[in-house]
Amino acid sequence: MSDTPNVVTGDLEAPTTEAPQEPRDAASAAADARREVHDMWVAGTEEPEWMRSYTNEGAQEMLEADQDPARELHRGTVVEDDFMEDEPADDDELQILNMGPQHPSTHGVLRLHLELDGETIRRVKPIIGYLHTGMEKTAETLTYMQGSTNVTRMDYLSPMHMELAFSLAVESLLGVEIPERGQAIRVLLTELNRVSSHLVWAATQGTDLGAVSMLIYGLRDREYILEFFEKTTGLRMNHNFIRPGGVAADLPDGWEEDVEQIIEKVSQGVSEYEELLNGNPIFQDRTIGVGVITPEECKALGVSGPMARASGIKWDIRKAFPYSGIDKYDFEVPTGKHGDVWDRYQVRIAEIWQSLGIVRQVLETMPAGDYRTPDRKVTPPPRKRIDESMEALIHHFKLFTSGYKVPVGETYRAIESPRGELGMYIVSDGRERPWRMHARTPSFNHVQALPTMMTDSLVADIVATIASADPVLGDVDR
Amino acid sequence: MAHQSGPSGFLLTTYESAINWTRTRSMWAATFGLACCAIEMMATGAAHNDLARFGMEVFRASPRQADLMIVAGRVSQKMAPVLRQVYDQMSEPKWVISMGACASTGGMFNNYALVQGVDQVVPVDVYVPGCPPGPQSLLHGILMLQDKVMAGEITR
Repeated sequence: MSDTPNVVTGDLEAPTTEAPQEPRDAASAAADARREVHDMWVAGTEEPEWMRSYTNEGAQEMLEADQDPARELHRGTVVEDDFMEDEPADDDELQILNMGPQHPSTHGVLRLHLELDGETIRRVKPIIGYLHTGMEKTAETLTYMQGSTNVTRMDYLSPMHMELAFSLAVESLLGVEIPERGQAIRVLLTELNRVSSHLVWAATQGTDLGAVSMLIYGLRDREYILEFFEKTTGLRMNHNFIRPGGVAADLPDGWEEDVEQIIEKVSQGVSEYEELLNGNPIFQDRTIGVGVITPEECKALGVSGPMARASGIKWDIRKAFPYSGIDKYDFEVPTGKHGDVWDRYQVRIAEIWQSLGIVRQVLETMPAGDYRTPDRKVTPPPRKRIDESMEALIHHFKLFTSGYKVPVGETYRAIESPRGELGMYIVSDGRERPWRMHARTPSFNHVQALPTMMTDSLVADIVATIASADPVLGDVDR
Repeated sequence: MAHQSGPSGFLLTTYESAINWTRTRSMWAATFGLACCAIEMMATGAAHNDLARFGMEVFRASPRQADLMIVAGRVSQKMAPVLRQVYDQMSEPKWVISMGACASTGGMFNNYALVQGVDQVVPVDVYVPGCPPGPQSLLHGILMLQDKVMAGEITR
């Protein structure tokens, strides 16, 4: 058989094993985001053009050096911490280093492939999926009533925001209005959650740069907020408190004093961090000019939240598309200038102050009234009615066993989570379970921006850059 | 510790309980955070709950230096081989705490992606219930493990 030429005759096309080359421009660097869209394609509709081409899902090897989109994107932007050289090193001088998934500084189970030229990082490839939980699939088996139990476990540092995004999406399909007190409680809890999430970021950012006392301080102050959450919702994390139709319960008695104390203690704590870190020469040396991302790169890679704001993009969903009446409160959107780790630190600390300001305003203007919608199709009857009325008992039972039906339609609602734009996309086919649920989570895009931030910087800057991106791997992998 | 009081200045004990006592008082955990439970594990080590009271505040980044693996969070199919490798790299004697509903049974996620209980991959000594277990629950699990080590024989 060896003399048989490998020829295909007739009209058949020779099967090609080579992947067609995709165009490499800045936008196509967001290949991972498109892969995410791949999941969203609905069978029966027209297939997008680019989907017919081969996608490299393999993800275990690096691309050829001259094909790497992250490298292309980075070419030409020389910043202070870059170590570009005229003559690239030979392949045998480059060293491949694997970091993670079990590594104390990757904030969970992120894995990085690093290509090193001495101390300089030439290329980076993040590998994700080690925490893939199949939550989007699980959501299709849970009713809308149970759905917030599921989503709250995605981004476990800001569970309130996950629940809020889900609830807003379901409510927009249902067309129910939330009473003012319910909205104010939502704002109060989400803003407190933003503070607690940023406190964990401060703790880990400090630890990764060697300021281990920050771990103790950050988690200490976070504990005050968690105590209040436990008192209000019954759980320290994964609350399932903000639900479609309002919130699960009213605030506990004496919540004003609790919130008052939280504001006082956290303000004191954050002032301490600023004192500890702002003038610290080691902290400055390790953050200023490190891990730079430009506004153009932010837009190309879908980076949002404090990371985009640190690059100078004044963009906040709370201002652009206000939700839950947050536009009634007075706050500012802090921005940075350089897009480095130092600016991200400054922006997040400023956000803590702004959020505490919002919490104080909510405290002073908390309206009276109902905390959930009076629509009995969505809200279970009050506990008292169940004892008196058979109807109410049946209604309660039906709501919690089979749930409520949601009109046919699709919706996307985005909110500003501590990490960035958090969107929830839900398709309903008229039954009591979502036909499809998808979460657009900010950490996913921030992990894909890591190569852009790290290329041509030093090995020591890796942990500083990862920590400043503040990825939550549950948010990335879902 | 089982001991008899003899003349003043002497403390008699068995070799086994002395070894076991030292093992319980310097149990070093591997930093092996996976998901939500890892945050509670960090909170257990921080100021309010202070794991240092039990000789356990030293979280080792390298599994070679660790005695205890706290599986904190949900274990995906992709993570399971990694978890097993980390366990194999730890030096004897070693113990495992399965922290939270997901690590113990798969929790609420009975689907294609998760390992339904980490005891399918590594032998578990103590299961800590909760979603996520609070720091007090984890401390209770750790104390139970210490009791177990104290009561056990030295086989390795």
